[in-house]
Amino acid sequence: MAEQKVKAKSFQEWMEINIWGLLFFLAIALSVGGLVEIVPLFFMKNTMEHNQYPEIVWSKAGVEPIVAVDEAGKQVWNWAAGDGVRPYTALELAGRDIYQREGCYLCHSQMVRPFRDEKERYGHYSLASESMFDHPMQWGSKRTGPDLARVGGKYSDEWHREHLRRPQNLVPESVMPAYVWLDNNPVDPDKSLVVFGWTLWPAPTGSRMQRHMAGLRVVGVPYSDADIAAAPQLVDGKTEMDALVSYLQVLGTMAKLDDAKAYRE
Amino acid sequence: MESGLEQKYNFDVVRWFTVMAAVYLVVGASVGVYIASELAWPFLNFDSPYISFGRLRPLHTNAVIFAFGGCTLMGTAFYTVQRTCGVRLWSEKLAWFVFWGWNAVILLAVITLPLGLTESKEYAELEWPVDILIAVVWLSFTFNFIMTLATRKSSHIYVSNWFFLGMMVMIVYLHVVNSLAIPVGLFKSYSLFSGVQDAMIQWWWGHNAVGFYLTAGFLGIMYYFVPKQAGRPIYSYRLSVIHFWALMFGYVWLGAHHLQYTALPDWTGSLGAAVSIAMIIPSWGGAVNGMMTLSGAWDRLRTDYVLRFLIMALAFYAMSTFEGPVMALKTVNALSHYTDWTIGHVHSGALGWVAGISIGAIYHLIPRLFHTTMFSERLVNFHFWTATIGTVIYIVAMWVSGIMQGLMWRAYDEYGTLAYTFGESVDAMHPYYAMRAVGGAIFLTGAIVMLFNVLMTIRRSAVLGSLTKARTLPAAA
Repeated sequence: MAEQKVKAKSFQEWMEINIWGLLFFLAIALSVGGLVEIVPLFFMKNTMEHNQYPEIVWSKAGVEPIVAVDEAGKQVWNWAAGDGVRPYTALELAGRDIYQREGCYLCHSQMVRPFRDEKERYGHYSLASESMFDHPMQWGSKRTGPDLARVGGKYSDEWHREHLRRPQNLVPESVMPAYVWLDNNPVDPDKSLVVFGWTLWPAPTGSRMQRHMAGLRVVGVPYSDADIAAAPQLVDGKTEMDALVSYLQVLGTMAKLDDAKAYRE
Repeated sequence: MESGLEQKYNFDVVRWFTVMAAVYLVVGASVGVYIASELAWPFLNFDSPYISFGRLRPLHTNAVIFAFGGCTLMGTAFYTVQRTCGVRLWSEKLAWFVFWGWNAVILLAVITLPLGLTESKEYAELEWPVDILIAVVWLSFTFNFIMTLATRKSSHIYVSNWFFLGMMVMIVYLHVVNSLAIPVGLFKSYSLFSGVQDAMIQWWWGHNAVGFYLTAGFLGIMYYFVPKQAGRPIYSYRLSVIHFWALMFGYVWLGAHHLQYTALPDWTGSLGAAVSIAMIIPSWGGAVNGMMTLSGAWDRLRTDYVLRFLIMALAFYAMSTFEGPVMALKTVNALSHYTDWTIGHVHSGALGWVAGISIGAIYHLIPRLFHTTMFSERLVNFHFWTATIGTVIYIVAMWVSGIMQGLMWRAYDEYGTLAYTFGESVDAMHPYYAMRAVGGAIFLTGAIVMLFNVLMTIRRSAVLGSLTKARTLPAAA
């Protein structure tokens, strides 16, 4: 402690000679901004547009599976484009995992702003409810490449495959890397961590996508038991390319947005 | 340096951190030059997942912020707190744990990020096991620092230490909340938060990483090394008190300015913009306080190259803390968001301010820590000019490309349709991507010269036995 006993002449000086006091008031000063800006977003109803416009969210999430596979191996969909925002299917989620892994969010945003030129180039401005199941959000902070929030359905599956394999074949001026490995990697339910032929970590038992979906359910994503059960069949035999394309093709297609409605302030 | 300090204080850990900082600047800037080149000449991705832009960019940001910035902060914090408190670091073991633990985090980053193991949250990409290690190491750093202050011999806590403390406490808050996630695999997790709530939390983290880690921490460095190098007291005590508390309270609110015109509520963005503008004043308070310390001694800049780095850094600090709030305004942001202007702004702060202060501190420390003179003063000056010129080329390239992109995206032709395809805007960027890579390469050259100069100085010290001699002197009072 200080060798001489100093009598503080002000509150500031008191904090300068009392480390615990300084720490305490620092902790208080530092917490205010975060509390004011973050906490209300969890409680104020008008933060999420579906509180006023419930039709933009799929009402059957968690009750019915998004897609199931029948005995014949055929996919049976309970959701169609425009039915509302829903969690990602197992294949789409696998695609999103790849989107995260490859850092796509670093060059592509997923957040259309309410400007005339963005409406024309990308479509309706993005609503908060549309990314409510994105853990973490992929709004992005840079457009080295175009925004992808509503890319779903704008290009064919084949266009996406060609573009991901070698972007410059379709867009000569593109600076995007060529993702040649996606066609060769299966969306394995089980995957060891293999680097240059060395198995660094053995494959866990059970389906990887089921584990991912179960984890998401813990943080609030409404998957039904049937959704999780159907996961291995939905990704069986699929490549990472299939998964990423299925993810891209769903973006922006979930909610049917009405131009006449003022969803946001 | 006065005799006997090696016995009194633990400078070993400071030495190791300082040298590693010089190493990591070269590493981080090299990755930066490479990814900049990938954008200018995409063949450099070589069809490899491990070096693709998307996987290397987080390695660059982690290397420059946490490896370079972190070692600089830890080395200077441990040095400053001991010298201003007149006591040795509270715990030797904890200090070394922090050194090795932090370097372990960096090694894990180098391994996991190119493998694509990422939480995909900006500046918080490292997956959950590494997040836990970061928390343990950071808390150890903070605790050792606090206990050193608690056992100090000086009566008052010097201003540098308030800034370091503010940074340490805020980073604990930020890291813990922003890293909350559910693990679903050894190196895979999903964040607890989603959508707009996650966006606000991520940018509360992102901006405060800049405001506290990269600003408050480095203001702490400035407040010790500028007066020490100049041999003059800080200009104004009162100013330091006012701007300190204004920054501690106010900076926290700025995160929302990263989300203007997004799905974040309007009120939050307005709050972020308003407080951002208000922050110009306490930020400039810091710049003024540092610069005016040279009042009556400006001619020192003619011969003191270390002081040049420190003062130039403050100039960039003032510039960036004006540019940032301007970009936080919704109208300006409508043009700048998603463009290279943001990148230009980041690097004006990162290369101009953060690196400038760090380099100044490193050049101040190395001769004192190794008890000899710098191997080459001329190379220090050479470094100053490469750092400054490289930085300016970088940011000018990004200002031009950023504003150009923003204008092209919103341009309409005489028929009332969009004038440019997105691809056309990408095409227009190429010369500026190349120019930026060149600017970065010039900056990197300076960093390499610094590492060379530092290593040659250490070699000279070893040859002269100056460190060994200093260690044998009796302890100072």
